[in-house]
Amino acid sequence: MADHRKAGELTRRTALGVLGTAAGLAAAPGFIRYAQSQSSAPIKIGFQCHRTGIGAAYGRWYERVTNATVKLINNAGGINGRPVEIVTEDDGTDPKRGSEVIEKFANQHKVDLIYGTLFSHVVVGSAPIVGELKIPYYVVSEGYHVASGKLNRYCIQPGITDVKAQVRSVAPWIAQNLGKKVTLIFPDYAFGHDHRDFFEPAIRSQGGEVVAKVAIPPTETSFTRYFPQIPRDTDVIYHVMVGPAVLTFVKELGEFFGSSGPRLFGFIDSLESVALDSPGLEFLEGSHFWEGMPRYAQPDQPDYVTFYREAVGLDENGASTQDSKDVSAAAHMFGCWETLYVIKAAMEASGYQGPQDRAKLIEATEAMTDMEAGREHPQGKKLFNGKIHQVFGEQYISQVKDRKLEVVHRTSIEDGLYEPEGDYTAMPF
Amino acid sequence: MAFGPYLLLAGLEGLVTAAVLALMALGLSLVFGVMRVVNVAHGEFYMLGAVLAWWFASLVSGHPALGFLLALIASPMVVAAIAFAADRLVLRRLNYEPEATIVATIGLLYIIQQLALTFFGPEARPVQPPFDMRLSLPWFGYSAYKLAVIAASACLILATWIMLTRTRAGLLMRATQSDRETAQAFGIPVDRVYAGVFALGAGLAALAAVLIVPIQQAHYLMGQDPLLLSFIVVIIGGLGSLRGTVVAALLIGLSDGIISMFFSPTLAKMLATLLVALVLVFRPQGLFGTAAR
Amino acid sequence: MTSTAKAVSLHLCIIVVLFALNFLLPEYHRGILSRVMVLSVFAMGYNLAFGYAGLLSLGHAMFFAAGLYGAGLTIYHLGWSAWPALAAGLGAGAILALVAGFLALRTRGVAFMIVTLMFAQAFYLATLYFTTYTRGEEGLVLPQSARNLSFPGANLDPTVPATRYMLALALLTVILFLLLFLVRSSFGRALVAVRENEERMRMLGYDVFANKLAALVVSGVICAAAGAAYAILFGYAGAGFASIQYSILPLLWVLLGGAATTLGPIVGTLFMFYAVDVTSSYTNAYMLVVGIALILLVLYFPKGIAGAVRARWLPWLP
Repeated sequence: MADHRKAGELTRRTALGVLGTAAGLAAAPGFIRYAQSQSSAPIKIGFQCHRTGIGAAYGRWYERVTNATVKLINNAGGINGRPVEIVTEDDGTDPKRGSEVIEKFANQHKVDLIYGTLFSHVVVGSAPIVGELKIPYYVVSEGYHVASGKLNRYCIQPGITDVKAQVRSVAPWIAQNLGKKVTLIFPDYAFGHDHRDFFEPAIRSQGGEVVAKVAIPPTETSFTRYFPQIPRDTDVIYHVMVGPAVLTFVKELGEFFGSSGPRLFGFIDSLESVALDSPGLEFLEGSHFWEGMPRYAQPDQPDYVTFYREAVGLDENGASTQDSKDVSAAAHMFGCWETLYVIKAAMEASGYQGPQDRAKLIEATEAMTDMEAGREHPQGKKLFNGKIHQVFGEQYISQVKDRKLEVVHRTSIEDGLYEPEGDYTAMPF
Repeated sequence: MAFGPYLLLAGLEGLVTAAVLALMALGLSLVFGVMRVVNVAHGEFYMLGAVLAWWFASLVSGHPALGFLLALIASPMVVAAIAFAADRLVLRRLNYEPEATIVATIGLLYIIQQLALTFFGPEARPVQPPFDMRLSLPWFGYSAYKLAVIAASACLILATWIMLTRTRAGLLMRATQSDRETAQAFGIPVDRVYAGVFALGAGLAALAAVLIVPIQQAHYLMGQDPLLLSFIVVIIGGLGSLRGTVVAALLIGLSDGIISMFFSPTLAKMLATLLVALVLVFRPQGLFGTAAR
Repeated sequence: MTSTAKAVSLHLCIIVVLFALNFLLPEYHRGILSRVMVLSVFAMGYNLAFGYAGLLSLGHAMFFAAGLYGAGLTIYHLGWSAWPALAAGLGAGAILALVAGFLALRTRGVAFMIVTLMFAQAFYLATLYFTTYTRGEEGLVLPQSARNLSFPGANLDPTVPATRYMLALALLTVILFLLLFLVRSSFGRALVAVRENEERMRMLGYDVFANKLAALVVSGVICAAAGAAYAILFGYAGAGFASIQYSILPLLWVLLGGAATTLGPIVGTLFMFYAVDVTSSYTNAYMLVVGIALILLVLYFPKGIAGAVRARWLPWLP
């Protein structure tokens, strides 16, 4: 940003007084000045939140976890002695609005960095402007976009694993425990295509095969007519339907197959924020799910997981302690917590003082490798690859027992590793 | 699965879609036909019907059929009342001028969606069907409730037809639709007819939503796609023709399912969309409509 | 001053003010204005078809998206530089408008509305069907280096905010004056006459179909120009821009600002941007506020803002 300022900045400010409306706009919220010395001014993090739109259910929990994490960080003394302040803007889960909000963060709120985006299309839509404004963009998205090397050096995902690794991690367990002939049911857009494209080679390397691929068009609300495409010899149905229609999907699956039918393996993305004991989901009993982090409290969970769950307000069923009907997005929201702690660690390692240190912040993050499981990483231990700006971790496979999810397997980091396809460290800032 | 059963399944699914679509499109057709206005917020009335159905059902514990029955009666009435108010407060003041109405109904859309988001929440919530029965056919299982939806919708459409053709209220509506000026000359209170039609249209959409909500879920964005489909049905069927609306709903509901048996689903949707457009290009008055508007 | 002179000087003044604002506005608002200018060009294209020719289309998103993807795909997959990509976007818009117009203009009124809506939906589904090339709703990030526009003597980099603003302003100026000239020409007057009374124009011997088709094609090319410019200036192309939302937005902007006025689209786009932006700073429920604002506006300013200005104070406003 520094290179764009002109020498005549003072003249600009005086000119503002002349233009009445412009002055009114300049007084718009966000221009907070601190009289204190620079070193105790808060570190401002812009949170690109899905408060409305299709991501709203996730956005709500992302916001809660973010606020809880920041409270803890500030109570423990902040970062480099400075408190953390979160500035939240609604992106409407829309890429156009998302990129406008990035500009608002950088130019009006003047944040140090931007964080917290989940939906891939918003991340990709915001990436160009992030690169132009040269502002760090710590996303919590689980998309493969960052790791693909196609974004820019300011985009980084150190707190949550990506879909390619997730899909590859579960393939061995599926082949060994559920069956080798798999039918994929996925939404017919980029998110679903990623699952299809990453899973097929992964299952093949385990000696399995994909016997059918059923693509469901976007915004479909009724699925029964697609089920006849599932071949009779399928061992496992791998499903990753997302969106409000997923309850219909499961219900109709149950109605179609009755008590006979292939085994099911799903990604909990489908059912984030949906209660597992909802009517119509009976058909899921006994089936398995990938979970980013267990929704239900597990009997052998470590102390730091209990600490995390209490701090973000989760009861033992993964719902809000304030409202047991408010089910969390447990498989994703831990990413907010861990990303904020990574930001803290990177700021401390680089001696971050202000926007002039943004490149150093990215470099400090790139230098990270092993992340121990613990209070800062309650989901599990991680391995960060600085070249592709993506972290790798363990995945959970759970089974639905008595309408709750019980973890039956934990994949290793190695299960999900893949050949990197890019190198951000070779790109200029 | 063999072709025969597959076709049967696609057919049944198509009938369910058509049943709900017909009700919703009927509401839109009345509003469009009588008032000649494009109500962009029609989908939001549908969504409100579903959301209120969830709320009413949650008030009643015990057998889900009781909650559902309450929702079936109360939800369309509340939505109709809201639509009535919107007509009186906003649309009438605009004198039903077409472009202004579009902007006003877009504003209404924003308002209703935001209120739903604030008070209902962003997540999808299920409603229990009044009965949970699964029909076990030799090739696949099927929900008995879905068959009930088809039957219910047929009855409701019949009831609407009787209302339109045999009652005085229906006569007033048809007269106003034919020729507004002459109707006024005959002393028909056109403004009140308009308000009534707007309310009835919204009520029908809400009714469709209450029927569908045990199959799908209530979600604050659920009104957007059905709106599109309803418009298509109304235009293809021909403005002001109840028979046309029903036939078009059947055609579109069935074809969508059956075409997607043969092509990749997105491609099928694309072809179906183009087909609809081409039907209109070469027959702009729709299948049963009268002179081009 | 004749009304033409008044109109031209008003438009020139506005361009000069916009030029000056590049140096006076704070960074954030300058960024907003860059986007508003490109999207107003989209609205202006729509205004030609809807406001002047009376063609209520609900499918203009496909023209914007044709420009967006025409430029975006050629840059991303074929490695073209910005100028040829821009031309590709314009060409895509022109061809699409010609084909769609040829078919759709056989219908009128409500049927026309649905046919254009359906064509646009089919286009949107196509962008998803070809996810392998377009990455569907996730979209494509265009490399910064490919977005440079080379002029004799200088290379303009749209990733620099001041340059981006100027490029957007240049586009706006060209299209604004093109439209000003068009609507005051005999072609423009013929369009308005067709809108008011098609039968009469036919009886007078005008080829109504050719006029409407020309209007739609010019409209489509202008919207494609906005789309291609958006891809080059902002570096992102995604399927969301082809969705129905982007067919309703220009309608909204034009109606708010004033249909059949040259400046109305700019006013409407600017208003909606700030309505959303300002209210979202104060409340989460900004959609509610915007919805109420729309209803109030349409109750008290049914002709739109510029339309009301023209009706009450400045009858010479084009």
